[in-house]
Amino acid sequence: MSTTLTGVGRIARHILRRDRVRMLVWTLSLTAFGLYFMAALTNVFDEAALAARAAIMSTPTGIVMGGPGYGLDDYTAAVAMANEGTQWVVLALSIMSILHVVRHTRTEEENGLSELVRASAVGRQAPALATLLTLSGLLVAIAVLTACGMVAVAPTTSLVDALAMMLGSALIALVFGALALVMCQVTAHARTAVGLSIAAFGLATVIRAAGDVQERGGSPLSWFSPIAWAQQTRAFVDLRWWPLLLAAGAVVVLLATAAALATRRDFGAGLIAPRPGRADASGMLRGPFALAWVQQRGALLWTGLGLGAMWFGTGTLMSTLDEMVSDLVETNPVIGQLFGTDPGMFAAGFLDVMMMFTGVCCAAYAVVMGQRPRAEESGGRLELTLSAPLGRSRWLTAQLAVAGLGSIALLALSTYAMWAGAVLVGVTDPGLDRYTAAFAGYAPAVLAFLALTAALFGWAPRLIGLAWLPVAFAFVIGMFGSIFDLPDWVRALSPLHGVSAVFTDGVDGAGVTVLSIVVTALAGASFLGFRRRQVIAGS
Amino acid sequence: MNLIDIRGLDKSFGSAKALDGLDLAVAPGEVRGFLGPNGAGKSTTIRVLLGLLRPNAGQVRLFGGDPWAGAVRLHRRLAYVPGDVTLWPNLTGGEAIDYLTRLRGAPDKKRKTELLERFELDPTKKARTYSKGNRQKVALVAAFAVDAELYILDEPTSGLDPLMEAVFTECVRELKRHGRSVLLSSHILSEVEKICDTVTIIRAGRAVESGTLPELRHLTRSRVVATVRGDASAVPALAGVHDATLNTSDGAVTVAFDVDDSAIGAVVSRLAALEVTAMTVTPPSLEELFLRHYGDPVASPAEGAAVR
Repeated sequence: MSTTLTGVGRIARHILRRDRVRMLVWTLSLTAFGLYFMAALTNVFDEAALAARAAIMSTPTGIVMGGPGYGLDDYTAAVAMANEGTQWVVLALSIMSILHVVRHTRTEEENGLSELVRASAVGRQAPALATLLTLSGLLVAIAVLTACGMVAVAPTTSLVDALAMMLGSALIALVFGALALVMCQVTAHARTAVGLSIAAFGLATVIRAAGDVQERGGSPLSWFSPIAWAQQTRAFVDLRWWPLLLAAGAVVVLLATAAALATRRDFGAGLIAPRPGRADASGMLRGPFALAWVQQRGALLWTGLGLGAMWFGTGTLMSTLDEMVSDLVETNPVIGQLFGTDPGMFAAGFLDVMMMFTGVCCAAYAVVMGQRPRAEESGGRLELTLSAPLGRSRWLTAQLAVAGLGSIALLALSTYAMWAGAVLVGVTDPGLDRYTAAFAGYAPAVLAFLALTAALFGWAPRLIGLAWLPVAFAFVIGMFGSIFDLPDWVRALSPLHGVSAVFTDGVDGAGVTVLSIVVTALAGASFLGFRRRQVIAGS
Repeated sequence: MNLIDIRGLDKSFGSAKALDGLDLAVAPGEVRGFLGPNGAGKSTTIRVLLGLLRPNAGQVRLFGGDPWAGAVRLHRRLAYVPGDVTLWPNLTGGEAIDYLTRLRGAPDKKRKTELLERFELDPTKKARTYSKGNRQKVALVAAFAVDAELYILDEPTSGLDPLMEAVFTECVRELKRHGRSVLLSSHILSEVEKICDTVTIIRAGRAVESGTLPELRHLTRSRVVATVRGDASAVPALAGVHDATLNTSDGAVTVAFDVDDSAIGAVVSRLAALEVTAMTVTPPSLEELFLRHYGDPVASPAEGAAVR
């Protein structure tokens, strides 16, 4: 074994030990999600319902939410799982991979932990390789468990196809894990590495959707997205393995790139050398609001650019909607029965789903920024800040106000970017007022996620990670609520529930009022809790 | 009225008792050393004083007020340097200093420039690229650039090189000349000995000694080494004498021992009768004081062997 890899085994064992709970939670929740999805499709959907679902999946909305549309003519539960589920399995596994890779490489380098490790008899590339090995093990475990579970839930399912779908998805997640490793060499900051990797995933999603909308089964454009490689195995329809060779090749190329970059840089540094900054603060940097703005503006700018471009691109997709719909109604009368033949209703349905995604993206931003006060506290900076004559409420107001305004700005930007994209390609129905109504309806919903995070900060700062649960819940309900056949009151727990049909049915006024009251109460509670609790640095 | 007045302070984290009936006071114009080993409760005490932690029992007064309820008002009158400084990673050192001094009111540009020069700190670097010592300097400059009544410094020289420690010492002496008060927590005894008027020694959350340096020295023993011509065999048995050794070479006897400062007069007059040819008396250093409180006293080789 070459000396740059000395110590891989010991580091890998250490990672497994440290992450055992985290890995177990990922494995159980992803497997349970996959099995529940499969069980719901098998038990709730009869043949007619599946045929109707296939019709939905041939619409642009269905293609963007689901997949390229293999096997729509004979839509079984397993085919639906592969067509609609693959993208989301890849999403979940990829986020897990990106976080795992960055946490065990760049984060440790940034906070100095790996300096201790690297000073002992450990090779330069050992931490990275140990990270990838443990990640691969975790991915394979989840994939095999879920595939076997699918067969157990629906015994007629082919195990080989189930394995192809799940292992393919896992391999694509490994591609994004390897990409994250490259990003960890380029930038010296863990947060930037995560942001860049997730942005790359977003780009891959858009390319896949844009490619697949053009042609049933995907167009050449689709193949530029790694997500398509997993879907193009055509699991449960006409299985082929070779698209996964592309993924394997991508992993090899990315790892070679990461290794080459790693040997060219210093420990702790990125590829871009730090530049000297200002010796004196600008006159603007005065008080907690200014500081919160300085801390958050970079993330806001980049997220805004990314989401703006993504939703603008989505808006331009709407030009194909009309033609596709008339074609579809001609060839498939089920569609006409389901949606009517009014193209405007298609556009509204499409926008409802896209707004749900927008809402989830903005909610995720709100949670990230809502957790910043906790980072200030555990990092010890809050102690230094509060030793100045600065009240706790004023400090927290500053942090939350900037986070809230940022989330709302992102929501406005996303909504109107979609409108601008649609207008650019000549789609003027729905009009601007409907977009504005959607924005107004979603604003309190997005703030609800922030208020909940803030309440956790006030009362249970150590549990602030739980703020992600409502985001995941809202996404799952918005995306799969109809499949899961959940009672209405469970769906109503999602902050996005009241606005889920904002373009088709308008805003549920009572729901928005209730939500606004909840937001106010949670925000008030957060201040109450933070004022009476102790400030404790460290985790 | 004392600026800091703590009596019988108790503080627990779960079942772990961090402070156990602590007393501590700082009078106007006083520079008080707050000495203790790691984990003795120094930082916990300071966090209670800053209104970040809530005491379980006891009385805590800062400028005569309640540090929890009156935090904002009271903080206008103090400056603070934490022991482990973390800064905002995307701000430069200069920006962090400006931000912190602006929070406390009128920033003094001239004073900042002067302090940056004295501490040899480059303010244009991003905080994430600073070493520990440089982060410490940022917090020191931000604190000293402010004109406060009370400076609370929590192990402020950790990570500083000896030259910078000297600059720090000089800065604290200037504060003292201008009648400012300082609470200096430290485990570096020479630093406290150089700067402080009074010392409180804390161990396991309780103040075990408190007073001026001369007062504390009275509690301890001095080291005496004397060469005599007479018969010194009776010396080890004298009252107040400890750890005595006798060495004979070329007919001269060298006797070395520790003596309680209260007994030193009687012992020296007995020695004088033995024809002293050379004698040194070393006053106790804070180091010895510290070791007596914190660990077993430095064991002599014989004792060490016996223990083994």
